[in-house]
Amino acid sequence: MDRHVLLIEDEPNIIEAIRFLLTRDGWSVDTHSDGADAVEAIRDAGPDLVILDLMLPGKSGLEILRDLRALPETEKLPVLMLTARGQSRDREMAERAGVSRFMTKPFSNAEVLTAVRDLLAQASQS
Amino acid sequence: MASLNLLVLVCMGYVVLLFLVAFAADRLAARGRSTWLRSPLIYTLSLSIYCTAWTFYGAVGYAARSGLEFVTIYLGPTLVMVGWWWGLRKLVRIGRSQRVTSVADLISSRYGKSNTLAICVTLLAVVGVTPYIALQLQSITLSFATFSEADPTAAYSEGSSVLLVAAGLAVFAILFGTRNLDVNERHHGVVTAVALEAVVKLFALLAVGIYVVWGLSGGVGPMMQRIDASSIGTWQVHSGRWAAITFLSAAAFVCLPRMFQVMVVENDDERHLRTAAWAFPLYMLLMSLFVVPIAVVGLDIMPPGENPDLFVLTVPLSQGREGLAMLSFLGGFSSATSMVIVAAMALSTMVSNHIVMPIWLSARGDGASVSGDVRSVVLLARRISIAGILALGYFYYRLSGGGSALAAIGLIAFAGIAQILPALIGGLFWRGATRTGALVGLLVGFALWAYTLLLPALGSGLLSQSVLQDGLFGLHWLRPYALFGISGLDPIVHSVMWSMTLNAATFCAVSLASFPSPLERLQGAQFVNVFEHSAGPRGWTGSVAQSEDLMIMSQRILGAGQAQDLFQREAEAQGVRGHLPEPTPAFLEMLERELAGSVGAATAHAMIGQIVGGSSVSVEDLLAVADESAQMLEYSSQLEVKSVELSRTARKLREANEKLTQLSVQKDAFLSQVSHELRTPMTSIRAFSEILRDADGLEPAEQTRCATIIHDEALRLTRLLNDLLDLSVLESGQVSLNMRYGLLSDVLDHAEAAALAGADSPLTVQRHRAGEAVQLQSDLDRLAQVFINLIANAQKYCNADQPELRITVQVTDGNAVIDFIDNGRGIPVEAQATIFDKFVRLRGEKVGGAGLGLAICREIMQRLGGNVTYLADRGGGAFRVVLPVAGRVAA
Repeated sequence: MDRHVLLIEDEPNIIEAIRFLLTRDGWSVDTHSDGADAVEAIRDAGPDLVILDLMLPGKSGLEILRDLRALPETEKLPVLMLTARGQSRDREMAERAGVSRFMTKPFSNAEVLTAVRDLLAQASQS
Repeated sequence: MASLNLLVLVCMGYVVLLFLVAFAADRLAARGRSTWLRSPLIYTLSLSIYCTAWTFYGAVGYAARSGLEFVTIYLGPTLVMVGWWWGLRKLVRIGRSQRVTSVADLISSRYGKSNTLAICVTLLAVVGVTPYIALQLQSITLSFATFSEADPTAAYSEGSSVLLVAAGLAVFAILFGTRNLDVNERHHGVVTAVALEAVVKLFALLAVGIYVVWGLSGGVGPMMQRIDASSIGTWQVHSGRWAAITFLSAAAFVCLPRMFQVMVVENDDERHLRTAAWAFPLYMLLMSLFVVPIAVVGLDIMPPGENPDLFVLTVPLSQGREGLAMLSFLGGFSSATSMVIVAAMALSTMVSNHIVMPIWLSARGDGASVSGDVRSVVLLARRISIAGILALGYFYYRLSGGGSALAAIGLIAFAGIAQILPALIGGLFWRGATRTGALVGLLVGFALWAYTLLLPALGSGLLSQSVLQDGLFGLHWLRPYALFGISGLDPIVHSVMWSMTLNAATFCAVSLASFPSPLERLQGAQFVNVFEHSAGPRGWTGSVAQSEDLMIMSQRILGAGQAQDLFQREAEAQGVRGHLPEPTPAFLEMLERELAGSVGAATAHAMIGQIVGGSSVSVEDLLAVADESAQMLEYSSQLEVKSVELSRTARKLREANEKLTQLSVQKDAFLSQVSHELRTPMTSIRAFSEILRDADGLEPAEQTRCATIIHDEALRLTRLLNDLLDLSVLESGQVSLNMRYGLLSDVLDHAEAAALAGADSPLTVQRHRAGEAVQLQSDLDRLAQVFINLIANAQKYCNADQPELRITVQVTDGNAVIDFIDNGRGIPVEAQATIFDKFVRLRGEKVGGAGLGLAICREIMQRLGGNVTYLADRGGGAFRVVLPVAGRVAA
């Protein structure tokens, strides 16, 4: 079972925290910090799960999500979206765009781990 | 000897005849077969109510006393009829076109429909005419008395007979004068009866005259000799009295309410005036033909002391000619009754229209609309007025005690009524005449007449002897018969001269001095120029109207649907096939009302007038249309102004709303930004603190790493909060500046040291200390904050291999210009416009800052009276700070 996660996030300390967390749980974690070429990076890496920040330089997480859902190979790719903006509108728009799970920063580590496990389990079942 | 009973019987029979004639005439008129009733002959004969009992009996008496002066009473009207018939025509035309109901109505209507004037004229007329009515009653009783003297068997009571006569006349006037409320105020029955009476009195007087000349004197020749022999034959012309009385009788002929009634109100056709212009003088000539012979013969054959006023009656009686005497009596009776009936009618119209009805309407309080209710009230008011006027005449007769006091009253009444003349004539021919002028003239004339003629004539009861001799309040120049010291004149001449002169003079003077109201000007134009635009009575008679055209016009005004409904309904009501009704007057009036609801009454009238064609559009119509249009224009321009105001307000509100929305969006964006900037370090802190808490077996190095990140993020949070607070204080303008003197070089030293302290930076700073010796007055700490920020930015973002920052200082126009230019790649063009905004960070730069530094710098420099800008095309990142040297500091 491949446990490969691609983290798209531009805040170094948060990248470090999530990488530490998931690595210890047995995942392989790749990171990418620019929004503009994030979709290409995802297609190249072919991860089992994408953790996507909403506010990214170059291209917003929402746009990246829409692009992913429009592509056949990433249509059903589990996407866990994180945002530091506490607006309910963001959640609505992300859900409409087909997000798998939406979490607001600051999150608890346990939540992130549970979410990642759940999403992968669902993906492997379907 | 004729018995009194027979006389009474004849009298009653005569009255019954008059009733029947009047009744028949009314019936004929109602059936529309009234053409012969409205012939010029009837009109001329009806004018003969000018010849009252006063002239019938009194002319002979007058001649017996004063010779030929009696002629003046006939001369005045003759002059008016012959020489001024065009003026009468104008009066008649105005009366018809304005639907005038009385002389008071005419004056009031001319002067802007002023009811005050109408009341004045009415009161004047009542005061002037009441003695005149009493005079008629007296003549009837005197003639009765003459007969009763000749019949000692009869039990005759003077008082009761007068009362009976007065009551009988009242009943007649009420029956035929107020049978219905004709819009034209025309009374065919009464006029016909009056014409019959005119024939009777002329016939009676001629009969007596012929009897006297041919029966008693033996023909024309001997008669002339008798006249020459008598004192009457000699000409005794008192020129002042002749002129005054001729003038008075002429004025009275025009102004007397009863004359106005028959001449103007009852006039059916203007052309009748042409006939009357020669026929009526002829009638008066016949009436006066035998006055002198009767007087001369009467003086000859009657015993001295016999009342010459009754010669017409007593001469035949003394000769035993009872039939002739009876005829003569009927002539006098006719003169008296016709005058009283018409006068009572005319006065009652004035009293009810101008006094009773206004009082009743105001007492009712609500503006009573025209309804059957009001009609019955008007009729009742007329009837009560007639009864009241005759009652006044009766009581006047009783109080004055009859006798000779009444004989002189005819001329006095004439002089009173003549006071209306200036206002009347002025109103007809002078557009400048005003209401105030007419009112003042009338009151002045009335007062002078009352003081110089009426009150002295009423006897010592009203004006004491001392006033007559020494003047009012003992003032000699206020003596009634010698006003302002002019004595020696005949009282009539004296009074007429003063009252008429001052009346006319004040009327003219006040008219010139006062300003007419719009309605007065309009009415003035209507009256003065009546021949140019007399539209005829308002109301539609158009059988030539084009229903089709009316329909088209109505559709334009009412809208197609409503107009078609209206016409359809009317066509059905008329029983006409199709959708176009006959243009009956009723329909036209209804349509006019309907249209008036949309376009205003005057416009509606003018429009229908145009289409029906029966009546031309008068100046009054056009003025009224213009008036309405002006009102509508005024209203619509008010609306326009309001609409402009509203749209301006709406625009302001919209702008304010946009601004608020924009502010709200900015605030949301700011909060969202702040939230993001706070949550991001919190996320790291929470994540690493949970790792520290939860993860087992962490390496010491890992623990340190976690703690360091937590510490850094905590510092970042603190910085963020400090920056936010700083910016908030700066933006709200609540910052207090600490202004000090200092050298620019010192501030730069301090900033450089602070920015580079503790950082292991490769950045080298190049300065030219010589140029930095600039004395400043500013908040040096805030200024240093700006410098630190700029140097730190260079330190963070300058990506050259050997980063270098050059700081140069110039002083121009009292400003210190400090440039910070590094050798990096600078700020991309697309970002240069926004770098001073809050939370703006360059792409890919993640060096701890929240993006508030430059925003803070900009706020500080604004507070210090300078600015900070980005210099494009300088090779690297280039910021310029401009600062006033002499401490010009914005608040």
